Amino acid sequence: MLHTTHRTWWKTAIAMVLTAVMLFPVYWMVNVSLTRRESIRRGDLLPFDLTFGHYATVLSEQLPYLATSLVVGLGTVVLTLAISMPAAYAIAKLALPGGQGLSFVLIVAQMVPAVVMSLGFYSIYSSLGVLNTIPGLIVADSTIAVPFAVMLFTAFMRGIPRELVQAAQLDGASPWRTFRSVVVPISRNSVVTASLFAFLWSWSDFIFASTLNREGGDLRPITMGIYNYIGAQNQEWGPMMATAVVASVPTALLLIAAQRYVAAGVTAGAVKD
Amino acid sequence: MSSSTLPARAPAGPRHPDPAVSPSDHPRRRRPSLSPRWAAAAFAAPLVLYLLLFYVYPLVQNFSMSLHEYDRATFVYGGAPFVGFDIYADILGQDRFRRIAVQTAVFTVVSLVVQYVAGLGLAVFFRRSFPLSSVLRAMFLVPWLLPVIVSGTTWQWMMNADNGVLNRFLGVFGADPVWWLNAENALMAVIIANIWLGIPFNLVILYSGLQNIPGELYEASALDGASTRQQFWRITLPLLRPVSMITLLLGLVYTLKVVDIIWIMTMGTGTSQTLATWSYSMAFGKGTSASIQYSEASAVGSVLLVVALAFGLLYLALQRKQED
Repeated sequence: MLHTTHRTWWKTAIAMVLTAVMLFPVYWMVNVSLTRRESIRRGDLLPFDLTFGHYATVLSEQLPYLATSLVVGLGTVVLTLAISMPAAYAIAKLALPGGQGLSFVLIVAQMVPAVVMSLGFYSIYSSLGVLNTIPGLIVADSTIAVPFAVMLFTAFMRGIPRELVQAAQLDGASPWRTFRSVVVPISRNSVVTASLFAFLWSWSDFIFASTLNREGGDLRPITMGIYNYIGAQNQEWGPMMATAVVASVPTALLLIAAQRYVAAGVTAGAVKD
Repeated sequence: MSSSTLPARAPAGPRHPDPAVSPSDHPRRRRPSLSPRWAAAAFAAPLVLYLLLFYVYPLVQNFSMSLHEYDRATFVYGGAPFVGFDIYADILGQDRFRRIAVQTAVFTVVSLVVQYVAGLGLAVFFRRSFPLSSVLRAMFLVPWLLPVIVSGTTWQWMMNADNGVLNRFLGVFGADPVWWLNAENALMAVIIANIWLGIPFNLVILYSGLQNIPGELYEASALDGASTRQQFWRITLPLLRPVSMITLLLGLVYTLKVVDIIWIMTMGTGTSQTLATWSYSMAFGKGTSASIQYSEASAVGSVLLVVALAFGLLYLALQRKQED
């Protein structure tokens, strides 16, 4: 007994070292974001020359981008749920003719390279005149999440007891009503998982933002706020790393507040329809 | 847990054992409803429309661009001449295409192999829980959940030749500084960052695969005197084979199409150019507006799409075989 506890604590120590190595870049980002400009190049292991000035710069320069990202993220969540939940219900519970084929298409859709999608969208948006608009970016970002969300909801809704749906139907509820007042409330956990990922992917999106929303001024998301710093004559690492830290907040919240939903999503992405 | 929240209504009796039986013949039905088929179609219609408009149409548009000779003016005003597969022939005949295809293969294969080995090692390490194991395992997800622009810029600074922490670390051991991001080393640099990004995915999938291997197998083999190493080669690896194949093939499809981490770190300069970043740079590269090549970008993108789908279908075929 004593032997095993000894051994497991030894494992904990190793795991902590591995985690520290793995998360070192994250620490380094925070470290640089807190170091005064003149001292950043010295590369101290701790922010000895401490400043919060870079965060003040973020507040004064990046707020519009953060607001845009928030709006785009929420818009993506709404659009994703609105498209994917009814479809998943049709596949899982209404024996949709061709439902299997549709599931197959969704898996294949996830394999399409984002560059290809962005080239197609760019050409379409440019002729429609919706480049550099928020709705345009929301639609493009939702394409990352919709196939995943349909598969996630389908898998969950297949597990809803048939009797439950039938009971509602026997009471005279229309399919829409059954969906709205029985299926949607039960699917709450999946809604959370799908929403979290749709938001996070849209918040993190670089490719669509940098192609479809390059010249959108303040209507560009935070990823573009960071991208602006790259390749500038004199790259400002302090404000850039501070912006990166702020842009990581949703990730941190997700891990702290919604870890079990995250785990559900990671495995769902790799599991079958 | 959720069963307690279900409405306490008697389940439908044997009168409706089959969900395909329409409830329309039930006496308590209040108003006529559409047949179930139509209802299903109505629920799925928005998705089908969505896929046609926002998946099929962009893909068709991309393909069409690769068959027309676009330049800046014709892209805006129309009238690009149709040239068939000339652009493909031109692209595929270039030495540059061959060089970039090789770089793409190196980027993909090295990333995959190292991610997989690291992910598997960690999964085995975390297989049996120990104090704090679930918290620490969750921390490993961070690289996967962070926006790539965040990780990419951080790696870029860590790999800075003069002031980067990586070179300072090497210096402690007396090694010479490495020009991580120059033309020659760029591929190695982006592979390192990409491996870091991909380890969490491999860890999570392989860890869940390990949880499905019955613990009795290990206990029985331990009784037979098998060493930990023998257990790994004789039990873990063979039983994990299906999950491993899926992890690797899915990883392959994802890695082939990577643009962001490479573009953010090196803009695809030097050896770090892959098919995906090449396509991106021809259409959207910073400062390339004078020499924008939409058609070439679309052609390279289409080649990439075909390769990705080929491996994707292999993945699906394999998964189907496993289910049988």
